[in-house]
Amino acid sequence: MDSAAVMNLLKNGVPISWYLVLSAILFAIGVSGFLFRRNIITVFMCIELMLNAVNLSFIAFAHQHKQVSGQLFTFFVMVVAAAEAAVGLAIILTVFKNRSTLNIDEIDTLKN
Amino acid sequence: MDLFFFLLFAFIAVVCAINVVLQTHPISSALSLVGVMGSLAVLYLMLGAEFIAMAQMIVYAGAIMVLFVFVIMLLNAGAEKRKGSSLTSQIFGIPAIIALFVLLCLSALKWFPSSDLVKFGDFSGGGAQPFGYALFTDYLLPFEVTSLLILIAIIGAIVLARKEID
Repeated sequence: MDSAAVMNLLKNGVPISWYLVLSAILFAIGVSGFLFRRNIITVFMCIELMLNAVNLSFIAFAHQHKQVSGQLFTFFVMVVAAAEAAVGLAIILTVFKNRSTLNIDEIDTLKN
Repeated sequence: MDLFFFLLFAFIAVVCAINVVLQTHPISSALSLVGVMGSLAVLYLMLGAEFIAMAQMIVYAGAIMVLFVFVIMLLNAGAEKRKGSSLTSQIFGIPAIIALFVLLCLSALKWFPSSDLVKFGDFSGGGAQPFGYALFTDYLLPFEVTSLLILIAIIGAIVLARKEID
């Protein structure tokens, strides 16, 4: 990148692809947490992180097309995330009440 | 100025996201996740989504994360014992994550050339008025279905978490 391009960025803003790359970074971090963490609450928080990453790309696309529809999709994703958090945390509470553990390796009744 | 704010809050978001994954105690992960959501709200504001930025702060950082913190407090969840993840997830997971990340980045850089610039104030269709207009005209049916979904989720959560009364 030469100095003219840098001056252009400073004057005119950020390329849309940078927002998408940030979204990809956050999504990849969320996936890695989902795969490598053992605590069920942390796994659940990594799912929320992935949803947030996707929301960012929806808003970036809404800005690129100058339409409000992408933002509405983000709104619906938020609502679904709220419902998911309520039900998921209730399931976690029930699991802890019955098994007294939060480690996903020990909750393996459905295995085999 | 746009570039400075983007880089600042993108950096905060990525650092907090890495912290979510690396912290062993769930409460530290939850507080880092609030940091991610706050910096994402600033980025939404820069992209012209004013209503969504406020909803992000109120619904996500305010309501959902408080729910998480309540559950962590209720279950008295301690620090995770480091047993190491299984070998299979390490062998297949790490290359798969890297492949996914590279694929997403390459497609973003290929299909969206850097001539498309985001400038604060370019798009002002994300305020409460145009947003609400679109929500209650074009997207009325999804909105109503969403209310049904929320009702079902509330009933499900109560049924799952109530105390058994004989």
